[in-house]
Amino acid sequence: MRRTYTPAPALSVLETLRWAWRQLTSMRTALILLFLLAVASIPGSVIPQTGVDPSAVFAFRESSPELARWYDRLGLFHVYSSVWFSAVYVLLMVSLVGCFIPRARQYWRSFRAEPPNAPRNLDRLPVHREWTAVDSGAVVAERAHRVLRDRRYRVRRYVDDRGDQVVAAENGHLREAGNLVFHLSLLVVLFGVAYGSLFGFKGGALVVEGEGFSNTLTQYDEFEPGAWFDPASLDPFTFTVDDFAVTFETAGDQRGAPRSFQADVSYVEAPGAPAQQYDLRVNHPLQIDGTSVFLVGHGYAPEVTVRDGNGDVAFRGPVPFLPQDSSYTSLGVIKAPDAAPQQLGFEGFFLPTVAFDEQRGPYSAFPDALAPGLVLTAYHGDLQMDGQPQSVFVLDKERLRQFEQQGGEPFRILLRPGKTVQLPDGRGSISFDGLSRAVRLQVSSTPAKVVPLVGVLAAIAGLVASLFVRPRRAWVRVGRRDGDTVVQAAGLDRVAGGDLVGAVDDIVTAIRPRSRDMEHA
Amino acid sequence: MNTGLVDAGQFGYISDTAFVFATVVYALAMTAHIAEWASARRVAAPAAIRAQERVREPEPVGAGSPAGAAGAVGAPVDELSDEELGTERYGRVGVSLTVLAFLTHLVGVGARALAAERAPWGNMFEFATTGALAVTAAYLVALRLYRTRWLGLLVTVFVTIVLGIAMLTPAIYVAPGPLVPALHSYWLVIHVAAAALAGGAFCIGALSSLLYLLKSRAERRTAVEDRRGYLWRLPGSAEVDRVAYKVHAFAVPLWTFAVLAGAIWAEYAWGRYWGWDPKETWAFITWVVYAAYLHARATAGWQGRNAAIIALVGFATFLFNFVGINLFASGLHSYAGV
Repeated sequence: MRRTYTPAPALSVLETLRWAWRQLTSMRTALILLFLLAVASIPGSVIPQTGVDPSAVFAFRESSPELARWYDRLGLFHVYSSVWFSAVYVLLMVSLVGCFIPRARQYWRSFRAEPPNAPRNLDRLPVHREWTAVDSGAVVAERAHRVLRDRRYRVRRYVDDRGDQVVAAENGHLREAGNLVFHLSLLVVLFGVAYGSLFGFKGGALVVEGEGFSNTLTQYDEFEPGAWFDPASLDPFTFTVDDFAVTFETAGDQRGAPRSFQADVSYVEAPGAPAQQYDLRVNHPLQIDGTSVFLVGHGYAPEVTVRDGNGDVAFRGPVPFLPQDSSYTSLGVIKAPDAAPQQLGFEGFFLPTVAFDEQRGPYSAFPDALAPGLVLTAYHGDLQMDGQPQSVFVLDKERLRQFEQQGGEPFRILLRPGKTVQLPDGRGSISFDGLSRAVRLQVSSTPAKVVPLVGVLAAIAGLVASLFVRPRRAWVRVGRRDGDTVVQAAGLDRVAGGDLVGAVDDIVTAIRPRSRDMEHA
Repeated sequence: MNTGLVDAGQFGYISDTAFVFATVVYALAMTAHIAEWASARRVAAPAAIRAQERVREPEPVGAGSPAGAAGAVGAPVDELSDEELGTERYGRVGVSLTVLAFLTHLVGVGARALAAERAPWGNMFEFATTGALAVTAAYLVALRLYRTRWLGLLVTVFVTIVLGIAMLTPAIYVAPGPLVPALHSYWLVIHVAAAALAGGAFCIGALSSLLYLLKSRAERRTAVEDRRGYLWRLPGSAEVDRVAYKVHAFAVPLWTFAVLAGAIWAEYAWGRYWGWDPKETWAFITWVVYAAYLHARATAGWQGRNAAIIALVGFATFLFNFVGINLFASGLHSYAGV
């Protein structure tokens, strides 16, 4: 059997929307969203992030592929651009706007409003003073008006229904103004950050000492453009790294810690412009128009010569190796595609200061090139360099065979500068001719970065005003009682914690004439 | 640098000695404050209870603060009983020792700067010693402005522990030395000084919020006749809460500035002002939590206890950023071993 019931009056769409809007813009929701934002930020500081440390993400994928698949689904490798993180801060911003608009309207109204009338009984206010004056009511009221105006109150004078002269005063509007500026500034910051990341780019390049760099896409080892970045907008500069010097701590606890890096570069801002010099250091980037070039690291580029089985030079030049640890143990590969009859490849480490250890074998004992050496294994076969572009730091070993010693152990090469090692079976040789350094440069452009800067400064100013300005109301009433001029002064703080007593006493002292014998207390 | 009288190595020795001495004096100050709290256990302090009953009445906005009421911490000596006088004396010894320890601590940080010939803010040991100095400085300022001697015990315990760990843990202690190139910037001074001052104030704010939680709980649960002991010599929970808020109101804009200074420096050093490096992320989290604290204080149903808990969470995120991130996460802020 059907029950009969009267349904609750359904909310119309408009009412539902209004209800949802009121929920979203309530302070409680804002609080919860702030917590969510804090909590949502945590995973990105624990899980490696593509935008922060891509090699750590790569290593994580290698070591736990199953977990990495889940992380990918949840966007945990790029938390700060993930849907759920964006959802939290977009909701927070909507909530902020929803809070801001009515409060701004309210502020505008109160800003234009006159100071309110005095309460009927001033003696009921928290701080109240009363005395009898010798001067006439008009003189005292005039003085009160001036005193309050000098103390930066907005002042209004009127005569109330008892015929008393009243001076009503109010100050501290900056508190709410600061609050509004603070919240508006957060929107400005968000807008500035978004603009910069949409239209900016960040790229990295490893440049060997003595070699040059021109600002085109092909010269970058990695390049991360913003979503709306136009490659045609790259500034057409070029530069050459003339010299690079690095010093390390040689003694004490901090032995091996870097002490200074400096790259001397000569650059040309645009084709045809004169060459200029710059000393590129950490904390001292080169700025060309809107683009900045930063020295972010350095490494070694051993100069090698590879000869093939025919005795011909198959490769000659510096090869950058990637530093792996604080002792600059560096990983790299050398490819000689021109070698005949078979292509040759080498893989291994460059050690700036070679030392030996029973367990580890050769390792690097110091980051500076005190006793450099190359520790390599060698391959022959097909490097597969015809197909897709491949990394200069990886050998594709699918069609390569490793050189072996008698007994099947890999053929290992320890090469010192100036030395040459012959490969087995007369298939060629490799020589370590000398050592160059390479600098890791970051080239980036973040347009409109002054916008978030101004935004944060305004936010701080607004925050300080909203925390420290105290809205205060004060009234002075002057009336005739039994032939005397009776003056009442009172104050009311709209925010707790201020020195209201001091403020009222200060006003009273200023209104009462200095010579106290003229007064009857 | 050789001034003729003392060279850099001797400054290093002076600095280390000053830190040891400061730690010992902080521990003595802590002992004095423990004695203060312990001796108060015997004092029923009826005046103090009356003072706090007054707070529980609806209090007119801006009326005189109850902190100076007779029997509360820091009252005029001639109004006190013999037992109260003893408690008062221990408290004053504690404050005097804290001032002495602070001055010695300051010498330690200053000599460290002279020994290293730079601002002494390049590694964990230096951050810890400077951060602890900022905590004591914030306490002494609060003591002067708001008569917060009731924070003495918690502050001296905290600073003694931080200095002790910094001095005694081999992984943290490093001899003074030059900086890695990334730290060669005047932004180091601006960024770290702002962060340390904000951190010192956050710590004082957190300790006040902690005492607020204890005190307001006791006010709810303790019968008037059972009200004895140190907690009842504190000002009422409303006043403790007000101090906590004032300290936080100072710290939050300063922390915002510290993060901004860090971002500007990051733009110079690393080519991006914000990169979600773990340190940056946690600085952001701390900022968001303290933003929640300020909002909570303006939200019905969130004032008082909830706001105080949020303040404690905020300080926990700050501490985690300072200690945990350096130890567990590798990022651009990892310098000089730790």
